[in-house]
Amino acid sequence: MPEEERAQFTIRSVQVLSEDESVDEELVPSLSDEQLLELYEQMKRSRRLDERAVSLQRRGELGTYAPAIGQEAAQIGSAFAMAEDDWIVPSFREQPALLTRGTPPHRILQYALGMEEGAEIPGGEGALPPAIPVGSQPLHAVGVGWGEALQGRSNVAVTYFGDGATSEGDVYEALNIAGVYDAQTVFVCQNNRYAISTRLEKQTDAETLAQKAIAAGIEGIQVDGNDVLGVYRVVQDAIESARNGNPVMVEALTYRRSMHTTSDDPSVYRESEEETEWEARDPIVRFQVYLENRGLLDEETKATIDDRVESEIAEAIDLAKEGREEIDPADMFRHVYAEMPPELERQYEAFGGEVDG
Amino acid sequence: MGERLRMIEAVRETLREELERDDGVVVYGEDVARAGGVFRATEGLADDYPDRVFDAPVAEAGIVGVGVGLAATGMRPVPEIQFQSFLYQGFHQLAQHVARIRSRTRGTISCPMTIRMPYGGGIHALELHSESFEAGFAHIPGLQVVFPSSPAETKGLLTSAIRSPDPVVFMEPTRLYRSFREEVPDDHEIPLGEARVAEAGDDVTVIAWGSMLRETLDAVEEIDASVEVVDPRTLYPLDTETITDSVKKTGRCVVVHEAPQTGGMAGEITSRVNEEAFLYLEAPVERVTGYDVPVPLFAREDAYVPDADRIETGIRNALEFS
Ligand SMILES: Cc1ncc(C[n+]2csc(CCOP(=O)(O)OP(=O)(O)O)c2C)c(N)n1
Repeated sequence: MPEEERAQFTIRSVQVLSEDESVDEELVPSLSDEQLLELYEQMKRSRRLDERAVSLQRRGELGTYAPAIGQEAAQIGSAFAMAEDDWIVPSFREQPALLTRGTPPHRILQYALGMEEGAEIPGGEGALPPAIPVGSQPLHAVGVGWGEALQGRSNVAVTYFGDGATSEGDVYEALNIAGVYDAQTVFVCQNNRYAISTRLEKQTDAETLAQKAIAAGIEGIQVDGNDVLGVYRVVQDAIESARNGNPVMVEALTYRRSMHTTSDDPSVYRESEEETEWEARDPIVRFQVYLENRGLLDEETKATIDDRVESEIAEAIDLAKEGREEIDPADMFRHVYAEMPPELERQYEAFGGEVDG
Repeated sequence: MGERLRMIEAVRETLREELERDDGVVVYGEDVARAGGVFRATEGLADDYPDRVFDAPVAEAGIVGVGVGLAATGMRPVPEIQFQSFLYQGFHQLAQHVARIRSRTRGTISCPMTIRMPYGGGIHALELHSESFEAGFAHIPGLQVVFPSSPAETKGLLTSAIRSPDPVVFMEPTRLYRSFREEVPDDHEIPLGEARVAEAGDDVTVIAWGSMLRETLDAVEEIDASVEVVDPRTLYPLDTETITDSVKKTGRCVVVHEAPQTGGMAGEITSRVNEEAFLYLEAPVERVTGYDVPVPLFAREDAYVPDADRIETGIRNALEFS
């Protein structure tokens, strides 16, 4: 056997709503007018939450915050494709997806206020808390997707991570294990082109990130991450596939329009020309034009949505701040073990905490 | 005469001098080149040394593991891990290879690598940006664990670390990066493994390092007794003699650290005091430490990290015991 080709691959890339506002009608997902408007409102809500959070941080009221401005379509389109019982396994920038899955905005703000209360899982299931270490959570999603399969259920786990995360060993391990165990897992990689200051070309020499899945024997596909309809469509298919035990990695091509976190200054590593270029490709603007063209969105509807979002976020801010002054520091001892071990109880009492019984 | 620098500037100047002095030094890590590091510790270095200062992919196992290979070719890697907790992603490389390559090759290949990383609380950071896992590092044979507590100490210790023939875990207290300036001598080397008496006294010995040294010096001002403050500076190797000599003189000892209590370095130091100075002790060794809980998010962080009040109470307990 002299030499032969053993494997070839191609990576498909999907776009439904293009940058010039033209639409591939064949690929448009079947969503009702109501659902389309819901997608739009969710994007607006998320954008506003991030904007308000950044300005609160600037006034010293919030801790470090990682806005997802520019990534709303990638997150909301994908989260919208999930069924109610599916799991979300997020990183630290998933406000849009969490809102879509029903996390109330005040919890997101509480977390940003440095309060553990904000990480409590609403309803107690279907979500893991934000993972701060980069790329660590896709393995949990594989565990969830595998666990659901082992228990004969069809729920899937959708996990989110960035382009930088694909350099971490854990992400390779996750993709690989998912393939081996037929885990019911969808990997949503938001390629927003930067890991803090490090641009994609310095992160990997690979042509696409989606192809990293190929090495693990699972499907990898790209989608225009600023096209909410495209993301919805591709992730919906991926979820269907994962329900049948075929995990998929989706690479959503997008752009982080603001800073990495509020501690970051993008002007150090990014040209403003590039930023302006992506401003024109903003996912909300693009979808808004689509809805207007379809006759679903007029000035009045827009104003109503804006007002509703504004007052909701204002309420959430008040709610998050309430109780901040009275938080009990002894709380830090309470959720470490199911039953407090004697060593910890001694520390807790010395701290001034009260032990029951 | 040296300049008055902040700790972060002392880090940068030391790196610059070592890059200049030794062609083998390579500085790399996440965001260290183009952005100059998230704390700006490496700002400007890539402009002057574009061939030896690199951005790295987000891959700590890679960052640590590659250092073993770089060192094998004769280079001196000085990687930055962005925050101490993210060294966990490279922990297997550190424990299985960095620390052991010398012994595994019977001294043929060594790993003169200095892994710099910010650690500790007090800057209101996100989850997992405030840990201090020093005992875990000191527990791995083959590593040296170094804690600067001021700009001048940073210069002296980092210079020695980079020049050391063996790997060093260099823990930089984020809280002190920009908190004060100090004159930093031009040519400055502080040998690893030597403690420093930061303040002399006769009634009680307090041992503290990194950011806790500053808190301790504040606490001591409030105490109406003669307190000796010892900064071990390296936790491995630990200068047992300076510590036990001090305890023999004072008869009382307090150890302060912000890491959790169980399995923390205070336990090791207490043991050494017991072994070498038991008959001199007039009180049990007192510990003032973080709690056995994950470092809370910043709304509760102040309750976790020992502050001057808690340190003061610890010192009083030791003084009042009879
Ligand atoms: C294991 C680990 N290493 C380093 C960091 C510091 N850090 C936080 S975010 C980030 C970049 C992540 O980039 P990417 O995965 O592309 O996600 P994005 O921030 O763009 O959403 C880094 C290096 C971390 N949180 N965890």
